[in-house]
Amino acid sequence: MTVIAEYGQWFVLLACLFGFFMAWGVGANDVANAMGTSVGSRALTVKQAIIIAMVFEFAGAYLAGGEVTGTIRKGIIDANVMAGSPELLVYGMMSSLLAAAIWLVIASMMGWPVSTTHTIVGAIVGFAAVGIGVEYVQWGKVTSIVMSWVVSPVLAGTLAFFIFRSVHKLILNTDDPFGNAKRYVPGYMFLTAFMITMVTFTKGLKHVGVGLSFGESVLISLAVSFAVMLLGVALLKRVTIDEEADRHFRFASVEKVFAILMIFTACAMAFAHGSNDVANAVGPLAAIINVVANQGNILAESAMPAWVLLLGGGGIVVGLATFGYKVMGTIGRKITELTPSRGFAAELAAATTVVLASGTGLPISTTHTLVGAVLGVGMARGISALNLRVVGTIFASWIVTLPAGAFLAIIFFFMFKGIFG
Amino acid sequence: MAADSPLMALFGRSPVKPMQEHMQKAHACVVRLIDFYDVAATGDYQAAEAIRQDIAKLEGEADRMKKDIRMHLPNSLFMPVPRSDLLELLTHQDKLANRAKDIAGVMLGREMTIPNPIQPLMREYLESSINTSQKAADALAELDELFETGFSSREIKLVSGLLNDLDDQEHRADELEIRVRRALRAVEKDYPPIDVMFLYRVIELIGDLADVAQRVGSRLQILLAR
Repeated sequence: MTVIAEYGQWFVLLACLFGFFMAWGVGANDVANAMGTSVGSRALTVKQAIIIAMVFEFAGAYLAGGEVTGTIRKGIIDANVMAGSPELLVYGMMSSLLAAAIWLVIASMMGWPVSTTHTIVGAIVGFAAVGIGVEYVQWGKVTSIVMSWVVSPVLAGTLAFFIFRSVHKLILNTDDPFGNAKRYVPGYMFLTAFMITMVTFTKGLKHVGVGLSFGESVLISLAVSFAVMLLGVALLKRVTIDEEADRHFRFASVEKVFAILMIFTACAMAFAHGSNDVANAVGPLAAIINVVANQGNILAESAMPAWVLLLGGGGIVVGLATFGYKVMGTIGRKITELTPSRGFAAELAAATTVVLASGTGLPISTTHTLVGAVLGVGMARGISALNLRVVGTIFASWIVTLPAGAFLAIIFFFMFKGIFG
Repeated sequence: MAADSPLMALFGRSPVKPMQEHMQKAHACVVRLIDFYDVAATGDYQAAEAIRQDIAKLEGEADRMKKDIRMHLPNSLFMPVPRSDLLELLTHQDKLANRAKDIAGVMLGREMTIPNPIQPLMREYLESSINTSQKAADALAELDELFETGFSSREIKLVSGLLNDLDDQEHRADELEIRVRRALRAVEKDYPPIDVMFLYRVIELIGDLADVAQRVGSRLQILLAR
C-alpha cells in the first residue's frame, strides 16, 4: 500500500512510457500488415495508406478500443482476489509491457514473425501464474482468448470465401463485368460501413459518453452507411472504361472499380486494427492507472479514463509517421499478386472478424486473421499462388511467442519486486 | 516482424504472367521459321544460317524461362489449378520452340533445295502450321483472364471457342501435309533420293509442329476441366 502511495506517480509515468512505446511498435510494424494488402494491390499509394491508417487507426482505437482494453486490463487476472497486494498487479503489468516491447524489438531485428497480441497475453498470463499464483489467472477467459486465435482466421477465411464467390457470381462471371461492378460495388461499400458503424455504436462509444439504444444504433448506422455509399457512388462515377488497358487485360477497368472499393475496406481494416491492437499497448497501462488512481484499491468495475485510449491511438500514429512508410513500402512491394477484387474480399472479411472480436472484447491477431481471409479467397480459386508453409510459420510463432513473452515478463516481475519490495 | 511477416510469405509468385511470356517466346521462335524458309528457298544458306541462330537464341531464352518457372513452383504452392497440369502445359509450350529449332536445323544441315513445283504448296503448309501455333498462343493469352475470373463458366466457354479454332487449324495443316506429300511424290524421281528423304523428314517435322501446338491446347483444356 505504501509503495503505491510513494511511487504511484512514477509507476504511471513509466507505464505511460512503455505503453506509448508499445503503441509506437504497433504503428510502425503491425499496421503495415493490415494495410499492406491495399498498397500491394495498387489500390492506394504508400502515402495514402499512411494517411488513412493514421485517421482510422486512431478512430478505431479511441471509439471502439475499450472492450479489448478492458479484457487485457482486468479480464485475464482475477483482480478482486488481489486486493490485498495491489502493487503486485502494478509490477506485473509493467513487466508485461516491458517484456512485450523488448521481445518485439528482438523479434523484429531477427526477422521472426510474431504477434503483439500473443506476446502481451503470454506475458500477462506468465507473470500472473508464476509470480502471483496459478489460481489468480482466469483460465476460462484465457481459454476463450486462445480459442479465438483459432476461430478468427477460420471465420475470416469463411467470410472471404463467400464474399469472393459473390463477386464471382455477381460481377466476374457475367456478360458485362464493368457495368455489374459499378452496380454492385456500392452494396459492398454499404456493408463495410454498416459493419463498422454497428459495432462502434453498440459496443464502443460508452466511454465517450454516448449511450444509444440498439434501435437507435441500427438507425444511425443505416444512415451513416447510406451516406458512405453515396460517397462511393460519386467516386465510382469518375471511373471509366480504359480501352488501352483492357486490350492487354480485359478486366483492367473492372479492377479499377474494385480499387475504389478497396479504399473503403482499407479504412475499415485500419479501424478494426486500431480497435483491437491498441489494447495490447494500453490495456496494462489502464490497469496500472486504475490501481494508482484508487490509492491501491483494485476496483474491477471502475471506468477507464478515455485519455488512455488517446495515448494509445497517438502512439500508433507516431509509429506510422516514423517507420510506417518504410515497412509498408516493403510489404506492399512483396504483395503484388493480390488484385483489388481479391484484396477487398480479404480485407472486408478480416475487418469484420476483427471488429466483431473487438466488440466482444477478444484480443486477436490482425495479421493471422488477414492470412486466414486471404486463404479463404484462395480456396475460392481467387489467387494464383499461395504458399501454405505460412500456416506452419504461424504455428511456430505461437509456440515461440507465448513462452518468450511469459518468460521475459516473469524475469521483469521479480526484478521490479526486488527493487520496490 | 515486418521483415518476415506471415502475410508477405503467404504470396507465392504467380505463374500466370511468366507462363504467358514463355508462350510468346516459344511462338516468336516458330514465327521466325517463315523468314528462314523464304531465305532457304532461294538457296542463300548463309543468310539462313543467321536466321537459324536467331531461332536458336530464342529457343535458349524460352528454355531459361521454363526452368525459372519450374524453380518458382515448389509443391507447397496452393493454386487454383493442379501444379502438375501447369507444368505439363509448360513442357508442351517449350516443345514448340524445340520443333522450330529442329526444322531449321535439318534444313540448314542439308542445305536443302526445295523443288520448284512444290515450293508454293510447301510454304502454304508451313504457314498453316505456324498459324496453329498462333491459335495456341491466342488461347494462352486468355490465361490471365481465366485466373482473374476465378475460372468462370463464361471465360471457359470463350477459351473453349479458341481451342476449337486451334483444332480446326491443325486439321487444315493435316490436310495440307497430305497434299504436299502427294505433290512431292509426283516429282520425287527427278531429285537425289537422299535429299527427297530429308525433305519428307522436314514435312513430317512441320506436321509435328502443328501437332505440338494442338497438344498445348489440349493441356490448357485439361487445366480448365475441373
